Amino acid sequence: MEVSLVEMKPGQTGVIYKMRGGSNLTLKLNQLGLREGKRIKKISSIFNRGPVTINVDNYQVAVGYGKAIRIMVEVDELEKDSPGRQS
Amino acid sequence: MRKIVLAGNPNVGKSVVFSQLTGSRVMISNYAGTTVEFTKGLLNTGEEPFEVLDAPGTYSLEPTSKVEEVASSLVAQADIVINVVDATNLERNLFLTTELLERNVPLIVALNMIDEAGHKGVKIDVEKLEDLLGVPVVPTVAVSGEGLKELVGSLSKSVNRKKAPLNISDRWSYIGNLVGQVQEITHRHHSWLEKLQDASLRPLTGFPIAAAVLFLAFQLVIGLGEFIHEAMEDYIFEGFYETLLLYLSEALGSGGFLHNILIGKLVDGNIDFEESLGVLTTGVFVELGVVLPFLAVFYLVLGFLEDSGYLPRLAVMVDRSMHRLGLHGYSIIPMVLGFGCNVPAALAARNLESRRERFIACTLMSVAIPCMAQLALIVGLVGRHGFDYLAVVFAALFFIWVVLGLIIDRVMPGYTPSMVVEIPPYRIPSFKAQAKKLAMRIWGFLVHATPYILGGILVVNILYTLGIIHFLGVLFAPAVQGLLGLPGDAVSTLLIGFLRKDVAVAMMIPLGLSARQLVIGAVVLAAYFPCAATFTVLVKEMGVADMAKSAAIMIVTAFSAGFILNLLLDTVVPAAYLAAGLVVLSIILPMVLGSTSDRRELSDLDETA
Repeated sequence: MEVSLVEMKPGQTGVIYKMRGGSNLTLKLNQLGLREGKRIKKISSIFNRGPVTINVDNYQVAVGYGKAIRIMVEVDELEKDSPGRQS
Repeated sequence: MRKIVLAGNPNVGKSVVFSQLTGSRVMISNYAGTTVEFTKGLLNTGEEPFEVLDAPGTYSLEPTSKVEEVASSLVAQADIVINVVDATNLERNLFLTTELLERNVPLIVALNMIDEAGHKGVKIDVEKLEDLLGVPVVPTVAVSGEGLKELVGSLSKSVNRKKAPLNISDRWSYIGNLVGQVQEITHRHHSWLEKLQDASLRPLTGFPIAAAVLFLAFQLVIGLGEFIHEAMEDYIFEGFYETLLLYLSEALGSGGFLHNILIGKLVDGNIDFEESLGVLTTGVFVELGVVLPFLAVFYLVLGFLEDSGYLPRLAVMVDRSMHRLGLHGYSIIPMVLGFGCNVPAALAARNLESRRERFIACTLMSVAIPCMAQLALIVGLVGRHGFDYLAVVFAALFFIWVVLGLIIDRVMPGYTPSMVVEIPPYRIPSFKAQAKKLAMRIWGFLVHATPYILGGILVVNILYTLGIIHFLGVLFAPAVQGLLGLPGDAVSTLLIGFLRKDVAVAMMIPLGLSARQLVIGAVVLAAYFPCAATFTVLVKEMGVADMAKSAAIMIVTAFSAGFILNLLLDTVVPAAYLAAGLVVLSIILPMVLGSTSDRRELSDLDETA
């Protein structure tokens, strides 16, 4: 299933497959280690168009709503049935 | 002398490495952007002296912001670069490392926080990493000093491997491949700190945590500050110090020019620390007896908030609300710092990306955030007339902050892009580092504020003696009286406010103002113009043109606010109701009005997509 970072549910994991937006957006995210093919886990989003927070490797990143809505993630399905997945 | 430049991502312990190498004392915080200007120091290896430069933390050398420009130009001047890398996040950190490898400069990698990596289940094959990168890699734990000797020892082994530049996606695949070969991750359970880390980012738990933290911080500063202040007043100032000064007063003949300046006016033949207005009486009392206790407690609390890593989480929680003022969450950090002193706050605003954001943040901060020195006197002076009057001062400043933000966001073209920011892990602050930081900040206050405070009192005395204050008082009386309902002599406080706001607030004491007049005076003084020290930094940061605009906004805002308070307070609305009303309005207004920045950003991104 492919959804934006905003639509992803807290606790879900997935792989970034597309970042829609200008080169400015992708450059900034890229420098922080966010890029296509990167595995992430959503921690939370603050309701009413607040920022989304995610876990990447061993660090956490907050992404404002305007940018989060443009980051598309391929969400892992069957969460409970896939043991031993790296996170 | 050859130059070593320390380069690395934000918050990887670069400044700690710097202070360990050079023995300099630098401020460390657990969030991005403590080092805004680079710091210089000396390192003597025994064979050769080096100059060491600590560059601001960046994720890349691609100059997309001011901070990266500084870092990039420092690297260009370096004879050797030490790249400080966070071992817990090897992959992301290697992005900068690979960029550095493409520069024509010898490189050493300090693999820092290697102990923390171990705790997190990250194992790194250092020798293999060294092989693959082709430059020396030294594991370090900068906080404890582990590995630093080896780091210095490897200086002679630094290698210049000028590699061909890669584009971004090739760079990442190169790094991905490299990390796969040297890093091994074992699973382990989350610690309680990590659970708390996530809890403070989730709305249901995060908002209560933010409210509790801010409430506790406020209570602690006001309560403990007041307690220390009173103890000092009772046991030091009104005891031993007063006796000492009375001897001096007698020796000076209880009058005359020098007596007026040092001791000031005697009230009923006695020294009154608040009203005498002498350099040694009111001057010393304001600085050490009133400001210092509050400031010390504030910095104690701030130090804990900074080093624990809570502030960036607060930024996430308030991001939504800040967007409506044309800012994003991270600009809460200059605001919080501003409560200590507006100078470091103005410097911290440099981390904000756009000129628009910096303008809004600096203007709102200088208008509506009174520094602790000023607050200490406001709390002491206005608080005497009851908590409701004090509440009006806070509520009015909060209201100004919100309304001004709403207006500037609408009037100023452009938008403030939403944030992308790394959130550091929670760390338990070390007692030693906290004590050192507190001592440095208090020392900084004593060194920087003393000349201004004592000088301010001196200037006041000279102006009084020459009759200038009285002259200005008469001259401006119609304006000050008509607009703000304050006596003409209050002009003198505005004049001294340029020098030092705490002294200016203290000068309202001998004027014998009523509670409502004190509230108006305090709000106008806080908002109308930054003190000299802050002004200098703001001009440097914003440029003359923007500062002029900002100053015009400040002056108009301050006098309008004073005028409105003069109309309403106590005459139409009692203090408690006014305070409550202003707070409610400040919360409702942004909700009703929404954010223009949001709309502008979404449409802009749609166009560029």
